[in-house]
Amino acid sequence: MDRRPRVLAISSTGGHWVQLLRLMPAFDGADLVLATSDPAARADALAARAARGEAAPGFMTFPEANRWQKARLAAQLLRVAAILIAVRPDAIVSTGAAVGYFAIRLGRLMGAKGVWIDSIANVEELSMAGRKVAPHAHLWLTQWPELAEEGGPDFRGAVL
Amino acid sequence: MIFLTIGTHEPFDRLVRAVDGWAARHPDVGLFAQVTPGGFQPRHMAFAHRLAPADYRARMDAARLIVAHAGMGSIITAMDRQRPILVMPRRGHLGETRNDHQWATVRRLEGTPGILVADDADALLARLDALAEGGFAGAQSLPPIAPYASDALIAAIRAAVFS
Repeated sequence: MDRRPRVLAISSTGGHWVQLLRLMPAFDGADLVLATSDPAARADALAARAARGEAAPGFMTFPEANRWQKARLAAQLLRVAAILIAVRPDAIVSTGAAVGYFAIRLGRLMGAKGVWIDSIANVEELSMAGRKVAPHAHLWLTQWPELAEEGGPDFRGAVL
Repeated sequence: MIFLTIGTHEPFDRLVRAVDGWAARHPDVGLFAQVTPGGFQPRHMAFAHRLAPADYRARMDAARLIVAHAGMGSIITAMDRQRPILVMPRRGHLGETRNDHQWATVRRLEGTPGILVADDADALLARLDALAEGGFAGAQSLPPIAPYASDALIAAIRAAVFS
């Protein structure tokens, strides 16, 4: 690629977000937009980029939702679509949860490459969103070598 | 000061009730809790529902011991701040989280310096009593961790992003 790629790094709050920020060196040299469900995370997002000596990232938010909150998931999906249209990323990187599946699934329709890193908390089996995203992700990763297999996610390392 | 955190996604009454009961029996020990709006609200500890990330880290830094659900956000942050942490896993069959991944997490973490594991409330209270007797001097801090993910994982993501 001749120009700087534009990356959307998106995840739920909590452990998913903590793990996403530990991936910051992966985005050096790219234009970056960070997205999560907690508006108060903006300061951390800016600080994480500044620590890399990189240009300030965009920061966007979306409503939080889990698999049992169908109406909230619908609102989240619509918001993810709006974020994708605004950002037009070349690549989407997510540590989960469902929001990452939405972003990678929809982003693929726009020609974006999806990178899924299943949470380090999923020690014994891949997350549900991680299983569903498989056919749509360009790079599909687990953080536990025992979960890597033929026809399954790859293992390339962990956030710790 | 003990800082209790259960994450912002779901209540965890079993842990909050246990620590709140312990707080009632130990008025000499300062405690602060981050709990969810839904679920049991502490009666013997100051608490908040949401903490801004900087505030959350400050509470961790000020604590002699962190007591937490076995969520990776809490655990990684405690490791990053090098604060001792005592974790109790949420259980899937009790409806405390979506499956038993926290139980699997603590089985992996057991024995890691600076991370104490209590499988249930009884074990948690016994551990708190033992630590309190020693003025929490026995709560071993975690060794420092690298600030970012492994080089191999970073490289794999970069290869995908920049190709």
